[in-house]
Amino acid sequence: MATIQPIAENEQHPDIALVERVRAGDVAAYDTLVRKYDRQVFRIAQHITQNREDAEDVVQDAFLKAYEKLDQFQGNSKFYTWLVRIAVNESLMRLRKRRTGRMVSIDEDIETEEGSVPRDLADWAPDPEQNYTQAELAEILRKTIQGLPQGFRVVFVLRDVEGLSTEETAETLGLSVPAVKSRLLRARLQLRERLTRYFRKKKGAEQ
Amino acid sequence: MTCTEFLAQLDELIDDSVTAQMRADLQEHLRGCEHCEVTLSTTRKTIEIYRSHEIYDLPAGLRDRLHKAIMERCKKGC
Repeated sequence: MATIQPIAENEQHPDIALVERVRAGDVAAYDTLVRKYDRQVFRIAQHITQNREDAEDVVQDAFLKAYEKLDQFQGNSKFYTWLVRIAVNESLMRLRKRRTGRMVSIDEDIETEEGSVPRDLADWAPDPEQNYTQAELAEILRKTIQGLPQGFRVVFVLRDVEGLSTEETAETLGLSVPAVKSRLLRARLQLRERLTRYFRKKKGAEQ
Repeated sequence: MTCTEFLAQLDELIDDSVTAQMRADLQEHLRGCEHCEVTLSTTRKTIEIYRSHEIYDLPAGLRDRLHKAIMERCKKGC
């Protein structure tokens, strides 16, 4: 599994040099940053808006906004984390528009006890993905994560899929570290339980 | 250690941020508890499966179109 290597304190993240070049008027350097992170921004936007058109708009708006506001980027957080925060806000704004002004926040729909205690404890088949085609598997994973409450889904995506640290996730979402931890645990357990429906070991099957 | 206590440490265990003593205690619990063993292994697998499969791919055509639109606006100073 890919791990994200931490950057040593005294080592400058390569994005900082790119940001400096953009600030000095080098638009091509921004081109590099967009290509580096557009897929991640698109994924995050899809997970939050659950709508492809909205996600496309978010990619465009988030990168334009980041370009406009680049002077406000302090460099005490990573450029990527700063960009993700803009993308999350743009995604929530899109949701609000679509839901005609109803307040939407990442605190929505999390009043549930589901997933705090695992109920379905069936073990999974070895390499359960192999029982499905890539397309079927993608559909299962999409359907399963879409069923999570928004506030759990965003935490899981930022933390486990996009590789932000707990602290970065908290900062990005404006949540406390304990709140991120509690949501992450419940998100992981709920996803696990929901996936068990597809991946459980068949009765009588041995490894 | 009870299963509830084990569960409270599950994320730390998965993220490898437990102390050596805590890790030993958790492993001791796992040796006698099949339920927690299954919860741990399938939760790990859940994370791995979401990390390794692209479920919202950005197709090349769409990527180029978005990219062009962003860069055109940036060149004009947004």
